Amino acid sequence: MIETLQVPSILSESVETDTKLEAKNVNAFFGKTQALRNVSLHIQKNHVVAIIGPSGCGKSTFLRCLNRMHEVAGGTMTGTILLDGEDIHQNDPVNLRRRVGMVFQKPNPFPTMSIFDNVAAGIRLNGMAHKNNIAETVERSLQQAALWNEVKDSLSKSGMSISGGQQQRLCIARALAVNPEVILMDEPASALDPISTAKIEELIYELKKDYTIVIVTHNMQQAARVSDRTAFFYLGELIEYDITKKIFTMPSIKQTEDYVTGRFG
Amino acid sequence: MPPVVVSQTTMKQKTTHIGDKVFKTTTMMFALFVFALVFLMGYEMVRGSELSLKQFGWKFLTTSKWDPVAEEYGALPVIFGTLVSSLLALLIALPLSIGVAIFLSELAPRWLERPVSFLVELLAAIPSIVYGLWGIFVLVPWLRTSVEPFLIKNAGFLPIFKGVPYGFGMLAAGIILAIMVLPIISSISRDVLRAIPNSQREAAFALGATKWETTKIVLSDGKSGLLGATLLGLGRAVGETMAVTMVIGNRPEISYSLLDPGYSMASVIANEFAEATSSLYTSALIEIALILFVVTIILNVIARLIVWSITKKFKTT
Amino acid sequence: MKKINIKKYNWRQTKNAIMTTLSTASVVVAVIPLFLIFFYTLAQGISALNIDFFIHMPKPVGELGGGMANTLVGTAILIGLGCLFGLPISIFAGIYLAEYGNNTFGTIVRFFTDVLSGVPSIVVGVVAYILVVIPMKQFSALAGGVALAILMIPTATRTTEEMIKLVPQSYREAALAIGIPQWKATLKIILPTAMKGITTGVLLAIARAAGETAPLLFTALGNRFWSTDIGHPMASLTVFIYDYAKAPFEDWNRQAWGAAFVLIVLIFIVNITFRFVTRGRYDEQQN
Repeated sequence: MIETLQVPSILSESVETDTKLEAKNVNAFFGKTQALRNVSLHIQKNHVVAIIGPSGCGKSTFLRCLNRMHEVAGGTMTGTILLDGEDIHQNDPVNLRRRVGMVFQKPNPFPTMSIFDNVAAGIRLNGMAHKNNIAETVERSLQQAALWNEVKDSLSKSGMSISGGQQQRLCIARALAVNPEVILMDEPASALDPISTAKIEELIYELKKDYTIVIVTHNMQQAARVSDRTAFFYLGELIEYDITKKIFTMPSIKQTEDYVTGRFG
Repeated sequence: MPPVVVSQTTMKQKTTHIGDKVFKTTTMMFALFVFALVFLMGYEMVRGSELSLKQFGWKFLTTSKWDPVAEEYGALPVIFGTLVSSLLALLIALPLSIGVAIFLSELAPRWLERPVSFLVELLAAIPSIVYGLWGIFVLVPWLRTSVEPFLIKNAGFLPIFKGVPYGFGMLAAGIILAIMVLPIISSISRDVLRAIPNSQREAAFALGATKWETTKIVLSDGKSGLLGATLLGLGRAVGETMAVTMVIGNRPEISYSLLDPGYSMASVIANEFAEATSSLYTSALIEIALILFVVTIILNVIARLIVWSITKKFKTT
Repeated sequence: MKKINIKKYNWRQTKNAIMTTLSTASVVVAVIPLFLIFFYTLAQGISALNIDFFIHMPKPVGELGGGMANTLVGTAILIGLGCLFGLPISIFAGIYLAEYGNNTFGTIVRFFTDVLSGVPSIVVGVVAYILVVIPMKQFSALAGGVALAILMIPTATRTTEEMIKLVPQSYREAALAIGIPQWKATLKIILPTAMKGITTGVLLAIARAAGETAPLLFTALGNRFWSTDIGHPMASLTVFIYDYAKAPFEDWNRQAWGAAFVLIVLIFIVNITFRFVTRGRYDEQQN
């Protein structure tokens, strides 16, 4: 077992293959408090990357840096984040968020809108409406979110009238409707029951074919089940980042091993 | 397979940025307008009272002759009337309001406090005209037949109770104003007392104080806030129009008896504005409105600064 | 051990009891007028209330009966104008304060909005007279509407701001996360979510405006005839009450009570609704 290194462990494969998102030396702050320390990692296209770690380790903060939601909450950051090689801070965040979508921990369908309108909200308010047949897009998105069959006859009902698990899939459909390339998920199943959780995990497995997914989760079994790669964060630092199987069976760093075997956190 | 996504061009980026900027600027304009409204009002009234200001100058405030026919306008009677009726109202309402505030903040259990607070607030919702109506047909006759004769008989040696029992007059105005300002003073006082942290009360109880003794401490802590509440109530009393107009008697004369009719600033405007025949007349009335405006603003500003600073002070401890 | 002074202790307890009684008594004294006025108005006014009262026009002096149909319409028009002039301003100003108002400018605006709410309604009437009646050279419903608008603005603005602030942050985040521009998120998602609360707050402002008399006395003036012409004097419920209360005719006085009763009932309904709707929210804020 190698002791704690200063530099996070690097993937054994070549870094050049199809990097979708890359973070370089990212430090994130809330006012004077530092939430992320020198985080660098890259995410490959059509991969599912899980981010794990104990509460307060900065995993949600990191996720929110990827679509510049961190600054919406009043945070600041240094370092670079690249989407397809382009610095995301150079352009309009609105455009970035059309390409990098997000699903939140607590399902939040828009309360004044129907199921249909919720899914269509992105395209309608996004200026993309004229390029899309809205009804088609709504159906496609709900199919992709594995919700279509359950709601196809009640599309005009309020977005709040369905169960928690269904609401979360509605939020996923809403995010999919604007055709993102990356989907960020912040503990998407933690507020849901086991059956809904299983459905969401199945969904992630399907979605991976068309999208790149980054999922924050405190549930290690979930991370082990759905992800290709896993990143372990602790106290704002990236400790280890590797193929999921390796992280959970043969982690290189002691802290990782302690966490995944349940010795702390 | 999802359709190929074309990266958004720079053109689109500019529009969304502009959208945000335009929205922020537009809404800011509206906020600015609301802010400027107060100044706009003051400015217009100064302009409108120019004639009167030029003609009478400071004497306007000290002359007691209000004679539209001779075109001589002195505002002293109405200033006097407003002052006396408002102060009388405070005299009556203040002890009652503090009593109510103490009840709501310190004594009443939660389930009782809410409905009672609500009832007190409903009092505030009754329009002035309805108070006036009730004043004319209920309060005034009662004063005329029961209260005032009693006062004249037993306290008539006092100058404030000399005179004939008209019913209408300063006393009626004071009483009705008291009822009208009580809700405001109570509600704000209640909020002020509530804002004082429980640690103060607990410290007093721990030393063996009775409920009343603890309350005295709380009152003392909140005294500037209570002052603020009183000033706000005074501001309301000063500007109150219909109820006062309907019971005060509408006679522009200064008298030391509460039983005599009087006149208030708001009443003279309400009664005479629509029929003011000359520019000077209108200008004089606008000047009175200006005085009212300035007085209520000063009262309001001081009161709000006090209340604001006291709730701030206790939020940070 | 120090002996407790029994005499002093008893006296303190007595004082306590007296003060508690006085305090409770003040509440009773304070609340009595509410019931007195309400029930007296009910008693006096109910005899005047019949269908005719609502659908007929005022009769000439000396003739019995007649109604206040034109005043109901007039009040509705005046309030409508007030809303037309005042609400857009209030809502956008409220949006500014909620979204961008967390700075010195916002604090100043809020402060002056509160100051504005303390200006007596008669003074507002004088300003409306100067701004509208003088240029138009005539009394009109427009002037009355302007006066009512100024009276409604402070309440409506603060309500809008507070209700928008109550919308959970998660909806804003969800909207931004799918690439909706900030201003569209505010206008199309946050504002509609806050609308229910804003509406109730606005209703409260309207109820207050509906009860105003003083500013209308020399702006909209009053009108004994049927009119929907906003460029000319307009009847209103409150001025009707005032005129009929002052009159030496008992029949007219009775009608004044009837109108007063209608007015109070409407205002109370709005107030109770407002309290009911915002019950849960305000509790959260206080805790």
